[in-house]
Amino acid sequence: MIHALANPTRFLKLARPLTPVLFWAGVALALFGAWAGLTQTPADYLQKESVRILYIHVPAAWLGMGGWTGVAGASLGYLIWRHPLAHIAARSIAPAGAVFAALCLITGSIWGRPTWGTWWEWDGRLTSMLLLFFVYIAYIALARADSDRGGDGRVPALFGVAGSVLLPIVRYSVVWWNTLHQGQSIGLTSSSIDGSMLWPLFFTIGGFTLLFAGVVLMRMRAMLATQKVEARLRRMAAR
Amino acid sequence: MNHWAFVGAAYAVTLAGTGGLALWAWRSMRRAEVAADSLRRDA
Repeated sequence: MIHALANPTRFLKLARPLTPVLFWAGVALALFGAWAGLTQTPADYLQKESVRILYIHVPAAWLGMGGWTGVAGASLGYLIWRHPLAHIAARSIAPAGAVFAALCLITGSIWGRPTWGTWWEWDGRLTSMLLLFFVYIAYIALARADSDRGGDGRVPALFGVAGSVLLPIVRYSVVWWNTLHQGQSIGLTSSSIDGSMLWPLFFTIGGFTLLFAGVVLMRMRAMLATQKVEARLRRMAAR
Repeated sequence: MNHWAFVGAAYAVTLAGTGGLALWAWRSMRRAEVAADSLRRDA
């Protein structure tokens, strides 16, 4: 399946109709989830109304980390199979992942002020997430420099794989260190959040994930089209 | 402390961030695909 899609023509045939479907389905689900989170759920007895930031903060954290999982996976795919599309996928995921990592940090900071009484705390979770954001920025700069110098993409791919060492640190920071950030409240099979407050979160997580996928497809299509133009211009110049 | 002000600020930042990201991605895709199509037609 992955090898079949590594063909740019086949990939574009699928990506063109899929881009608007993923994007608009994501927008609709995220908007519904946000509306429900703002109006259809009770306030928390301790955090009051500010608990509603949960519905955008958790998807942003999920996509900030999920985005780097995608960068690392695509980079590994590029290093092993040398599929150019894997390199394009990694480069396309990075800006979207960086934006969601930044949104996670900003919404978390806004949430922290009324809940903890501070905008920022150098604890394990916040610091490791900030590091992940910087790693995204470094990857974007490295991939651009590599592309400008006509590199083969191996250096950014190695960086993409190496950067994944941060993911378990972000994930388990609340377990390994005694942090101000709360521990894990949502697991695969159980949650410490009551169902009456939890359900809109599934809509926002699903919605933002689809929107993220739509944006990544847009970036991949843009990069493929740019490569096509550059290749054609090179051929014309060589004649 | 008015908690709604913090909620509003967080949602506004998220809307601006995701909206800006989507607009940037869509515009760069459109520009690149239009350039590729026009070059193919000219060739």
